[in-house]
Amino acid sequence: MKKILSWTLFGIVLIAFPLLVSSGYYQHLVILALMWVIIGSSWNILAGYTGQVSFGHAMFFGIGAYTAGILVIHFEISAWWGMLFGGFISMLIGLFVGWVCFRLRGPYFALATLAGGEIFRLIATNWESFTQGMVGILIIQSFTSKLPYYYIVLCLAFFCILVIHLVMKSKWGYYFLSIREDQDAAESLGINTTLYKNLSLLISAFFTGMAGAFYMNYMAFIDPHVVFSLHYISIMAILVGIVGGVATIMGPAVGAFIMVGLQETFRSAFFGLAPQWTSQAHALVFGLLVIFVILFLPNGIVGDWSKIKRKVFRVKAAG
Amino acid sequence: MAILEVKNISKHFGGLKAVNDVSFQVQDGEIMGLIGPNGSGKTTIFNCINHYYTISSGDIVFKGKSIKGMKTHRICHLGIGRTFQVVKPLARLSVLDNVTASAFSRTHTIGEARKAAIKVLEFCNLIDQKDKLAKSLPIGGRKRLEIARALATKPDLMLLDETAAGLTPGELDEAIDLIKKMRDSGITILIVEHIMKVIMTISDRIHAINFGQTIGEGTPAEVANNPAVVKAYLGESYAHS
Repeated sequence: MKKILSWTLFGIVLIAFPLLVSSGYYQHLVILALMWVIIGSSWNILAGYTGQVSFGHAMFFGIGAYTAGILVIHFEISAWWGMLFGGFISMLIGLFVGWVCFRLRGPYFALATLAGGEIFRLIATNWESFTQGMVGILIIQSFTSKLPYYYIVLCLAFFCILVIHLVMKSKWGYYFLSIREDQDAAESLGINTTLYKNLSLLISAFFTGMAGAFYMNYMAFIDPHVVFSLHYISIMAILVGIVGGVATIMGPAVGAFIMVGLQETFRSAFFGLAPQWTSQAHALVFGLLVIFVILFLPNGIVGDWSKIKRKVFRVKAAG
Repeated sequence: MAILEVKNISKHFGGLKAVNDVSFQVQDGEIMGLIGPNGSGKTTIFNCINHYYTISSGDIVFKGKSIKGMKTHRICHLGIGRTFQVVKPLARLSVLDNVTASAFSRTHTIGEARKAAIKVLEFCNLIDQKDKLAKSLPIGGRKRLEIARALATKPDLMLLDETAAGLTPGELDEAIDLIKKMRDSGITILIVEHIMKVIMTISDRIHAINFGQTIGEGTPAEVANNPAVVKAYLGESYAHS
């Protein structure tokens, strides 16, 4: 009961937020955070629940974004269709990536996805007649207000988390976890591990692709170094998952808000308060954060929430 | 009727012949023991039967149909369950979830899978532990969980790989009871075991191998008196006494 109440409250706060806070800047930050909720959750179903760590989620994000952009420049179809097509084309690419990469296990799979992400960045850079290369793709935004974008991404994030929640309560979810825990044992239990790893990848690719297409619609400009970025997308997806809590439903959601907040704090040099801190410092702090989380909160903030509460509580009691 | 026929199978790893031209049949409803000294190829034969390894030559026939080259998960759906010598629990899942995941091989809804899992846990006397994480179980419990998980796939033939190794004498008796109970419920069992107390008391027939080759087959008493088997286990000087 208490749980339902707090969730409803949380939902109301998110729905009311842009109505209460009229600053476009803060609305923008929450929109980005919600987009990262989607990417982080998608990464989590593949890496956290199914145990297939991907270092190349920028691949799916970029494909979603480019699908939306290319629909506009080559086919003169609204980029909003990209939300749907981007998801499906990501899935198609995911099918191919799975076919190639799932022959490999553990770190080899991770490295293959890393290479995959880079390959797509190079394709987008060099296939100029189709992708406009480094010039990038510029479209005209549909809305001047941020409100429509906010509610679209909020719905999408909610939908994504709901789907993952339902999947994890089903046969698929049990199979994903079994594969993560022991692939050989899973096979002996009658689980077609190749099939279920691919299903997990397809769900993950679909939502990441949708997030990418949303990014195209919202930012109205993409180039290969932004949407296929190893640093800003692939690694960020991993950080969102790890900091928030791998293999927890709400972990990536929490992680997304923390990481976007941190990134912005550094990008804006502490909101202009400490201009001597260049924006590059965030790489250092992200590194330190990961070390801290792995050492002290190996299950992430959500996974180790009870531990955090206990520690903080004890400190309070002692002080 | 033979439920499983292993026909002249060989498995080579490079120049090493881990299994060399082994043939045997497992009859419907019996408990068949597979024995041999360390490294003689027992687990390799299991791995060949459910296709973790692809056999180099020969054929494996289950319920009259060849399962050679079939995927491991397909073989499970046909009705061959197995446990692992080095236990492979789904460590960070609860005992109930371990067995539920496995029960999904025969159903699609979570309600039915969980019901089937609880039934199996009761059968294996693990029901009190159902909410514990698999990794927190002691070795006896883990071995039992291996059996429970394999049982939940509703096999007709169960391959048990050293399920009694590392158990206390008390647990050993329980394990023997459990294996007999499985047989009485209609499951044919092929068991690899080093502990003679187990293999001699429960097996209807025993197949003995050494260096990947058959050295004898028969009832427990016959095999125990087979000179080749005695030689393989105790050495040349005991073989003729």
